[in-house]
Amino acid sequence: MNPTKTRTIGAAFANAKSEGRALLIGYLPAGFPTLDESIELVQAMCDGGVDLIEVGLPYSDPLMDGPVIQQAVDQALTNGATPLSVLTVVRAVADRGVVPVVMSYWNPIEQFGVENFARELQEAGGVGVITPDLTIEEGQPWIAATQTHEIDPIFLVAPSSTNDRINKICHDTRGFVYAASTMGVTGARDQVSNMAPELVARVREYTDLPIAVGLGVSNGAQAAEIAKYADGVIVGSAFVKAATAGGVPAVRELAQELAQGVRQGG
Amino acid sequence: MTTSEVEDRAVIAGHFGPYGGRFVPEALTSALDQLDTAFQAAIADPDFAIQLSGLERDYTGRPSPLTRAWRFGAYCNDAHIYFKREDLNHTGSHKINNALGQVLLAQRMGKTRVIAETGAGQHGVATATAAALLGLECAVYMGEEDTRRQSLNVARMKLLGAEVISVTNGSRTLKDAINEAMRDWVASVDTTHYVLGTVTGPSPFPDMVRHFHSVIGRESREQILAIEGRLPDAVAACVGGGSNAMGLFSGFMDDPNVQLRGYEAGGDGVETGRHAARFSAGSPGVLHGARTYVMQDKWGQTIPSHSISAGLDYPGVGPEHAWLHDIGRAIYEPVNDSEAMEAFALCSRTEGIIPAIETAHGLAGVIRLGKELGPDSVIILNLSGRGDKDVATAARWFGIELEHSESGISVELAEGR
Repeated sequence: MNPTKTRTIGAAFANAKSEGRALLIGYLPAGFPTLDESIELVQAMCDGGVDLIEVGLPYSDPLMDGPVIQQAVDQALTNGATPLSVLTVVRAVADRGVVPVVMSYWNPIEQFGVENFARELQEAGGVGVITPDLTIEEGQPWIAATQTHEIDPIFLVAPSSTNDRINKICHDTRGFVYAASTMGVTGARDQVSNMAPELVARVREYTDLPIAVGLGVSNGAQAAEIAKYADGVIVGSAFVKAATAGGVPAVRELAQELAQGVRQGG
Repeated sequence: MTTSEVEDRAVIAGHFGPYGGRFVPEALTSALDQLDTAFQAAIADPDFAIQLSGLERDYTGRPSPLTRAWRFGAYCNDAHIYFKREDLNHTGSHKINNALGQVLLAQRMGKTRVIAETGAGQHGVATATAAALLGLECAVYMGEEDTRRQSLNVARMKLLGAEVISVTNGSRTLKDAINEAMRDWVASVDTTHYVLGTVTGPSPFPDMVRHFHSVIGRESREQILAIEGRLPDAVAACVGGGSNAMGLFSGFMDDPNVQLRGYEAGGDGVETGRHAARFSAGSPGVLHGARTYVMQDKWGQTIPSHSISAGLDYPGVGPEHAWLHDIGRAIYEPVNDSEAMEAFALCSRTEGIIPAIETAHGLAGVIRLGKELGPDSVIILNLSGRGDKDVATAARWFGIELEHSESGISVELAEGR
């Protein structure tokens, strides 16, 4: 059976909702620190209770990322990560029964070929792609390609987005809407921005899609707080930090803590 | 992409054929929309034009002269070579034109802080200067490698009251400084305007930066008509991001008989892989918010560029140049470090003008161009900057010993002692 038919983003959110909780989304770059280790790390995230994994495609100029992820993708690139590594990690996540999506800056996808990337990702079991520097205006050819290959194009909204833009972005997004909690780059923060609840409320007026909140989330308490008003909680830099500091056990432990968090808040 | 799609895109604002556009985090989209609106309103407002042209005249020292380079021209097959003397502007390069325009616009938008990226330091100095003049806070991002080779400009920025932030990630050059400036801007956009220093980046930057430099082309056109009584056969400039070239080219865009020539950094030689020759060895891709020619590997990872000139050491190029290249309106050629430095020496000795090393690439191009177009052809080169900042690099290149350890001085200045 084709895993993309049974394990979709929509089904994952619906499942979490039926359990009265928010969905836990975790990010790690493919090939960090090496390809083999990155597979073990995402498996640890799966085992620890992450419901959906964002497999990062390492890119040389990640202008939406803070120092933690910058260093991680630098290391991955130094160790030879390519889009093919991403497909390998996506396969490993799908094999674990967890929903894989890719998070990639635009140029690597454009160079891979929009159609090719969508097709190969589908074959690997990937079901969505988050593109943090692709605007919906530039993204129309991509949106068309994703439809053919049952890939959900996931766009971001930000606190600065006007209602008009939120409306347009929700129209072109499938799977879930990624709400950037704050004006800034990725990286753990002591407090999740108070702009996030207001943004989620605004987005709800335009869509029935699930809304996940990311940027700055690092612990179970923050996850619980976000789970009160959002459908999903996205954690990135904190997983990278855990991987650097304590490898597989630390990543599994963080996943467990966050998984408890999303169950407390929902 | 099909032909009709290309044609469709050509008419979408902010695009140049398939190039340009906006590839940015959503957090910046509203800011870019506001900037575009403010820019369009400003250029339609006679008061803004009066304010800007007043500063250009009384502060920058415009119009800049168009100087016949008689003795240098003798090495260019006796072509009539004219230098558009942007080196004589306040702060020593063309960069002040754009910095004043954008900082004035930032002030008009109610921003209290400006940020900038800089490679050679000229744009950083120009922005720090404009910010000092207009009373705005200023921070400049500069690759660590560039702070080392352009330490005098680091000191100038600090003396002008700007904060200089040394960027230590990636290749530690201009590309990484732009990444850091963008990251700052995403978080600070409410109070801060990003004074992008060249005709790259997301829309509306390429249009806006060209607009503020178009004074170069306008003046040059009037001046050459007054002197020679005819239009030039070619106008030429070095091309890093391409702002000085775009400023000059814009004055002659609609004159089909005027050739547009750009010279990019060939570094150690295009065949060595150590260069910044985007048109010779790059391909269309997306970098820093725009689709353009990019030095990249087959996976779309940016390949670090190399040039003796910090200002040309950039793996992307302005999207309008990409379009002009594709449609054949402009021709771009690489110039190696050694050829540029020969032209640097020749210009210094024949004209008494020490050019910026960036500009020296254009000078080398003009020597070729004179041979190609023949004696009595009329060629304008944008003499985009003066070489004071490059004295240490040039001295090292030509084996001239400096009496004081130049590194000793620069370290002290750079650290603000």
